[in-house]
Amino acid sequence: MSDAAMPLRGAMEVLREHRAPGDVMVTSMGSAREWIAMGESNPLDFIFVPSSMGQAPSLALGIALAQPARRVFACNGDGSTLMNLGALATISAESPANLILLVMDNGVYEVTGAQPTPGSALGRPDKRGVDFAEIARACGWKSVYRFRDLEDWQEAAADCINAPGPVFIALEVAPVPGAVGPKSPGPTIDRARSFRSALSVPKN
Amino acid sequence: MFTGEQIAALFAELGVTHVVTVPDSTIGKWGDDIANTSGLRLVRVCREGEAWAVAAGLYFGGARPLVLIQCTGLFESGDSLRNVLHDWKIPIFSVIGYRSFLNQDTLPGDTCLVFTEPLLDAWKIEYKLITTASQAGEICDHYRACFAAGKPGCALIAEGKA
Repeated sequence: MSDAAMPLRGAMEVLREHRAPGDVMVTSMGSAREWIAMGESNPLDFIFVPSSMGQAPSLALGIALAQPARRVFACNGDGSTLMNLGALATISAESPANLILLVMDNGVYEVTGAQPTPGSALGRPDKRGVDFAEIARACGWKSVYRFRDLEDWQEAAADCINAPGPVFIALEVAPVPGAVGPKSPGPTIDRARSFRSALSVPKN
Repeated sequence: MFTGEQIAALFAELGVTHVVTVPDSTIGKWGDDIANTSGLRLVRVCREGEAWAVAAGLYFGGARPLVLIQCTGLFESGDSLRNVLHDWKIPIFSVIGYRSFLNQDTLPGDTCLVFTEPLLDAWKIEYKLITTASQAGEICDHYRACFAAGKPGCALIAEGKA
């Protein structure tokens, strides 16, 4: 085991392995870029590009409330999480058992050139980063986890995503050098229509 | 102007399923009646930008959400509503409280009067200004017209004095 943060791609591959038919996957920013690059898309993927930064968990909350029989995953960055921190309180107040939020914490605004966020150790005089898992715990999320090592995440993933929800998982990931923002995989109006249509099919 | 009971009945009649809201001193008084109405769910968010995204998710999931906020929340939530209503073309209807429209005793010179309507125009949201309770039918008509056309709309509710 090394002390290095896990690679984002590896963290996302674990999700791909554990995603079941009928599960919804909302990705944004860096996670959207990786998800697109990892292969064939699923009708229940929602690539939230273009987005309003920070709103992926809120969008996922709406889906989870409207479709309580489905499991809804949302992948968010740490900068995005800081931009809409109140969503952690909103979600825990609604307490959807079917929502799993993953925060990919790399400490930087990756797609704008890797500037440190105000929450990262690099961006603070005391060099102590904000602990998102502790914030989620304090907000009352039912199950909260934090991983830095990829093997630990791989080993625990099944238990984490099947824990009582809402589930919050902070994954410490390494910034991707030179990474750019994701491109929209198609016209938004078509993607909105097909995603809504996919959600209208009852889950088996 | 409206009681919570009147508003809840109106939303239920329109087929609204979820009311996503941040309260103010007028619309906040409607919350309990909305929450206690069969078929309506009140979703309280921390800040108005969240409301549009939650409503978008509800819409994708097959629900019929409505956003209920004050005009100051409209000012706060610009990027989120831009993304939802214009990038994704999701036809969310909103009911927005128009602070100080009926009087400015509490906040003389309140600039909500300067910016609210031009901002709704700038965001290309068709709105109906509601200044008396007798206009409840206009809210229904505007909602139904927007729903049929698949476009966003707004009922702008004058606040300040009943």
